[in-house]
Amino acid sequence: MHEFSGGVKKPYQNIIEVSASDPHRGGLRPLTFVRQVLAACLYPQLINSDKLPVDVRQRAQRLLGACAGGSVGSYTATAGIAEIVQSVSDFITRRDGGIPSHPENIYISPGSHWNIFTILVNSKSSPRSGVLTPVPGYSNAVMSLTGVGAVNVPYYLDKEQGWELKVEELHRALESAKGNCKPVALYIINPGNPTGQVQSRKSIQEVIRFVSEKRLFLLVDEVYQECVSGEKSDFVSYKKVLFEMGHPYSDTVELASFHSVSNGFFGECGLRGGYVELVNVDPTVMKYIYKLFSKDSCAPVLGQVALDLMTNPPQPEDPSYPLYHLIQKMKATLLCNLKRFMEVLNSLPGFHCPPFEGGTFAFPRLHLPPKAVHKAKEVGMQPDTFYCMRLLEEAGVFTSPGCDFHLKDGSHHIGVCIMISEEVMEELLRRLACFHIQFMKDFS
Amino acid sequence: MAAARMQLLSTRNVGILSRGWLTGDGPRVRSLTSPPLCPSPGRALSSVSATRCGLPKERMSENGVSPRAKVLTVDTMNPTVKKVEYAVRGPIVQRAVELEKELSEGIKKPFAEVIKANIGDAHAMVSFFPLYSHTSFYFKVLALCSYPELLNDSRFPEDAKSRARRILQSCGGNSLGSYSASQGIESVRQDVARYIEQRDGGVPCDPDNIYLTTGASDGIVTMLKLLVCGKGATRTGVMISIPQYPLYSAALAELGAVQVNYYLNEEKCWSMDISELRRALDEARRHCNPRALCIINPGNPTGQVQSRQCIEDVIRFAAKERLFLMADEVYQDNVYAEGCQFHSFKKVLFEMGPEYSNTVELASFHSTSKCYMGECGFRGGYMEIINMDEEVKSQLTKLVSVRLCPPVPGQALMDLVVNPPRPGEPSYDNFMRERTATLSALAEKAKLTEQVLNTVQGISCNPVQGAMYSFPCITIPEKAIKEATDKGQQPDMFYCMKMLEETGICLVPGSGFGQKDGTYHFRYTTHDYNILG
Repeated sequence: MHEFSGGVKKPYQNIIEVSASDPHRGGLRPLTFVRQVLAACLYPQLINSDKLPVDVRQRAQRLLGACAGGSVGSYTATAGIAEIVQSVSDFITRRDGGIPSHPENIYISPGSHWNIFTILVNSKSSPRSGVLTPVPGYSNAVMSLTGVGAVNVPYYLDKEQGWELKVEELHRALESAKGNCKPVALYIINPGNPTGQVQSRKSIQEVIRFVSEKRLFLLVDEVYQECVSGEKSDFVSYKKVLFEMGHPYSDTVELASFHSVSNGFFGECGLRGGYVELVNVDPTVMKYIYKLFSKDSCAPVLGQVALDLMTNPPQPEDPSYPLYHLIQKMKATLLCNLKRFMEVLNSLPGFHCPPFEGGTFAFPRLHLPPKAVHKAKEVGMQPDTFYCMRLLEEAGVFTSPGCDFHLKDGSHHIGVCIMISEEVMEELLRRLACFHIQFMKDFS
Repeated sequence: MAAARMQLLSTRNVGILSRGWLTGDGPRVRSLTSPPLCPSPGRALSSVSATRCGLPKERMSENGVSPRAKVLTVDTMNPTVKKVEYAVRGPIVQRAVELEKELSEGIKKPFAEVIKANIGDAHAMVSFFPLYSHTSFYFKVLALCSYPELLNDSRFPEDAKSRARRILQSCGGNSLGSYSASQGIESVRQDVARYIEQRDGGVPCDPDNIYLTTGASDGIVTMLKLLVCGKGATRTGVMISIPQYPLYSAALAELGAVQVNYYLNEEKCWSMDISELRRALDEARRHCNPRALCIINPGNPTGQVQSRQCIEDVIRFAAKERLFLMADEVYQDNVYAEGCQFHSFKKVLFEMGPEYSNTVELASFHSTSKCYMGECGFRGGYMEIINMDEEVKSQLTKLVSVRLCPPVPGQALMDLVVNPPRPGEPSYDNFMRERTATLSALAEKAKLTEQVLNTVQGISCNPVQGAMYSFPCITIPEKAIKEATDKGQQPDMFYCMKMLEETGICLVPGSGFGQKDGTYHFRYTTHDYNILG
């Protein structure tokens, strides 16, 4: 968050914050159905009034009935409220065309990553555990992993091929780890963050064969699965592909997949609702995973409620359906934002914004003039950080520099969340274009 | 004088920093710089387990054809996890859940329902205690924050609406759904600081020293992560009371820290003795590097409320022995016994003068889960950091950013806890009525629990001065001890399991919290008093 200190005059009224994927901050409205159910859970008198649609009231009643003492203020079971875990399990089964999902393999948790990483990573062993992570990639995951003592082993997505994941690169990364650490896991983000690439089924199969052969635990971050434009690839889950590959893969490859209410059209980042589904994990290890989760007590209950709503949304026959269906409009907005963003940026000298398939981030490449690169060095910053700082100070647009995603090949990028309202997008583009032209002039 | 004193916790000795994690320009592939260690026991075991599977693991990687040993097994997983236990949600609770399921399937039991007196969750027991009220004001505000259209609804009082508006204004996009700053919403931290100042009779509190957390547990674990480092004889030792709330033992086990036990004195109503702290510290220094001292006041599971004198003595001890103080004060409103009063560590520290207040490093923790609120499911909490090295503090800020932010509804709730209805506001009377009713119900039950338990032969219960539990001592007959030992069970676990199977009452055995050798206890959540019959 940024503060205007001491009445300093700026040519803008507010900061446009698009450095992280936070749709509500970017002007998108929360879904009415979601907020009505939350309100009814918090203030159950609303269940008896006809102010809210009947399906909202029924859902709140059902969920409160599943809470200890009928209250969202009570602790829940460690893995989450059983009915909600069931909703998540049913959602996964439906999504994957009937491939069964078992509730006992699912944990609802705010940021489920830590506990799974903790159990995987042996920081005391010699050599230490290593985890392969994508570059460019979501830096929080890398920090979580190194925070529990893992050695980070980067693998590079192919910039020239739409940030495609190439198995040869996974092999290279694994080789590079020899003598440094003992790789135990491969971390995948699909759809990619910040790169937005959506893996093809073929690519997923290659990765599964790779981890099977090389004996790696597969960690798959699928939080952007709802946000796929579908022009090149549809989203297909790792679990689905794994099971369709059959024996031996389907019953041996160990997999943890993550999803959350933060990143799709719900945008309920602040509620901290997410889950992890564990596949083919040793039953004895599952007991220890339970213990790790149990010391955190449970996930925040409102986050669990939001997860129920995401995985078990209103159906066409429900009164809230038409309003909920506005999600389709949000999808259209996202696509529209994407097109506008590409259009404007590709018209600006020095920017190259390739098309991207999924996620909520644009990650255009920036060709900075040598003078700007030099100035950045002088002030001790990475060039793309320098650009982003200037963009923030002078135009009030808060973006992420490419170096935040650990790109070290000398290329420069900025990361911009495009899951925002159309009005905010227009304002963003206006300010960015204006700033950029001036910047390029100043440093020509 | 004090100014030149080097801080106990500095960037040189913060474990998580020594891995080059948060400093420099971010994580990168690191070469192994530490000298090779001898093969871990885990590795020796892994070949044993592979043999049990009939197939050596090493050979499997070539052909990838099953059957094959898994990548993640008990032998390959992080070995510290094996030592993690959390009794409050441990095997007895799991059995209780199974029994509930059996009951719901119509299987006959000697009881009609399972009573979970294991967990400190007042609202979960509301079916037994209809008197037990939520603070309805809080829920009104949170409903308004969730669905702001209700701001037009006349059912909601003006003071609830104005608080909701204020909270929403401080949220990105005016929504509880936006990420907040990792340290927590600034206006909430300011309100927390003001609350602490009022509570502590004017001792200043800087909002910048406040970190909002996901329940107090999150703050406690975060601080432990910062504190724990070193290897072998220099491995960090953390002093914790016995009995203790098993989050501490679980977190210390997970982090591979050395748990340094100091025993509370059961004969003196679970009070702390400095001589016992001294004994524990001296003993610990022989094999580890003790750096922190954790205190739970009011105590869990023991309920003792430390006297002011005791708190001063502890502060002096920590100052002299260069220990980082962690004061778990989540039960600060739950004080019942005559002559007992809650004194915050911060207040006492500052009243002891600059020699201590400028130097002793302290973290105090609070939460929305206990006291009169009892809103566990929101996972709201905060910690206040005093005298932390500035550089370490900025690393702490980075560390908390990894988990992005605490749940925003929990932050909003914390804001209401520290900023409740004031006299003259429409909701004030009702709020005070509910608060008083809850606290006095808890106080009454604490007293009754002690009385009733003490009438039972073989059970002896100290007065419950505060918090929400009693931790009575039980005399287990020799025969039972033998049967338990034969079964490989702790005797008090054996006792509690039998209690569960025969009466449906779920308690947590004392062995889950720690106790003097040869003594046995159970923890019983006092708000379930009615079931004692």
